[in-house]
Amino acid sequence: MRLDAGVELSPFQIAYKTYGRLNAARSNAVLICHALTGDQHVASVHPVTKKAGWWETMVGPGRPIDTERYFVICPNVVGACMGTTGPSSTDPKTGKPWGLDFPVITIRDMVRAQAMLLDHLGIESLFTVAGGSMGGMQVLQWAASYPDRVFSALPIACATRHSAQNIAFHEVGRQAIMADPEWRGGRYLLENTNPRRGLAVARMGAHITYLSDAALHRKFGRKFQDRANPTFSFDADFEVESYLRHQGISFVERFDANSYLYLTRAMDYFDLAADHDGILAKAFHRTPARFCVISFTSDWLFPTSESRAIVQALNAASARVSFAEIVTDKGHDAFLLDEPELFAIVRGFLDGAGKARGLGSES
Amino acid sequence: MSTLSRADIDVSANGTARAAGGARVDLVLVTEMVERGAKVLDVGCGDGELLRLLSETRDVDGRGIELSREGVNECVAKGLAVIQGDADTDLSNYPDDAFDYVILSQTLQATRQPRIVLEHMLRIGRHAIVSFPNFGHWQVRMQLLFAGHMPRTDMLPFSWYDTPNIHHCTIKDFRQLCTAVGVRMEKAVALNAWGSPLRLAAPWWFWNLFGEQAVFLLSRRD
Repeated sequence: MRLDAGVELSPFQIAYKTYGRLNAARSNAVLICHALTGDQHVASVHPVTKKAGWWETMVGPGRPIDTERYFVICPNVVGACMGTTGPSSTDPKTGKPWGLDFPVITIRDMVRAQAMLLDHLGIESLFTVAGGSMGGMQVLQWAASYPDRVFSALPIACATRHSAQNIAFHEVGRQAIMADPEWRGGRYLLENTNPRRGLAVARMGAHITYLSDAALHRKFGRKFQDRANPTFSFDADFEVESYLRHQGISFVERFDANSYLYLTRAMDYFDLAADHDGILAKAFHRTPARFCVISFTSDWLFPTSESRAIVQALNAASARVSFAEIVTDKGHDAFLLDEPELFAIVRGFLDGAGKARGLGSES
Repeated sequence: MSTLSRADIDVSANGTARAAGGARVDLVLVTEMVERGAKVLDVGCGDGELLRLLSETRDVDGRGIELSREGVNECVAKGLAVIQGDADTDLSNYPDDAFDYVILSQTLQATRQPRIVLEHMLRIGRHAIVSFPNFGHWQVRMQLLFAGHMPRTDMLPFSWYDTPNIHHCTIKDFRQLCTAVGVRMEKAVALNAWGSPLRLAAPWWFWNLFGEQAVFLLSRRD
């Protein structure tokens, strides 16, 4: 595969999971694109954490993305660390882990690889492609790169470009990893070290951006952790500190530090308009797909204004678009959580699209 | 300018507030003005009743804009292509000639800039369909004249201080706006207080007095 960076990545491997059955017409395939730290285990138990799939409220039998009606495919993105080729994979030229010799990848590269997977699976056209955050970026890229292969698209809590603020947060995370002496210039796998502290701090910082002030206050307030009074030390006195430390530590168990560098970089580089002479509407020129754009009121990482810009571009391209903003105080992470209105909207959108696609009666 | 001849006045619908299928008569009238299979934008589409009616009876490719978040989310959950947006600010995002019909159903009086909205409608669409409550209706006039307060009717149920309706107009006013903007009035129907189309080939002053609401089909003057 030829990458945007101008180099060849081959051979490469994609790890993916499927759920449900492909119908005879091959018209019910749904591609789920995962977010920065997600993976292919969208609706099945994670092999490392033993936790439920990351979008089990959305995907599964009887769920809005109903695996009894649709054939769901969820691949691990290129550059990640759950089986798809990434910086922790072995470089065939050296026989050693790639590390920082792994080429920088883009959202478009991820989508290119997914298109090759679909070719391999014999799926010409997707009934829908859905995802939130970095997954939503892939959804938009799918619509722009392969308009004839996308019947409907569900970009959730995302944007057509990463804002300066978002790049800034990512840079803090990357610097935390690189500042960890265990990182060893990205060669930690060869030197049998692991930049756990750096990656944990990166995760802690990022995790704050996924929540909201209101959600943090509701969940933790200024409550102390297992103590009545402050200890006048730098222990995790506050519940919120303890929570973040736990988030950081548990993340390290399942994620590769270099993958975190590469995937955050891919998000930073994403700018769909820039690929189309700076005019976003051109990215969706004559797209036949129907879109359902969804944002959340308290998401300050990918605020509603970003979704509105997507909708404006789609309108300018005369695309068929629905757009809903959901009221919640749960911040960016709301797309992964129990939001009944989100489920009703996705279900309704897919039902309508399914009718137009001629799905339903047969499955 | 073109004035409507009496032959243009459509009085074909039967005289009940709800048509046979249970839909509102004013919506049925709008529906009958739309060609089959057309591409339609419903501005201020509420809970999507008109869009649903249009897609069921006219097989249109329908889109909607709605200001209220509840309305939008209800529409999207029904599978309708509706976005949250404001007629006053968001119509400028659409390219010229994107639609066959742009519909403003019972929303004109709630816009901040009715003239600009109308101009955008006829830029985006080849035709515009506008329905609105007639502020020249005799009941409205009577309330102001004899009761001395801002009128409240079935069509206009709000108190003056919390109404979304900030630009009331009469049928006469609306015709003047059409003239000012330079659009062609292809068809017009007035409905009486019971929701029935006025079946008389009446002069405009009569409509303006007895029509509780009106539906206009407009097109660009080329």
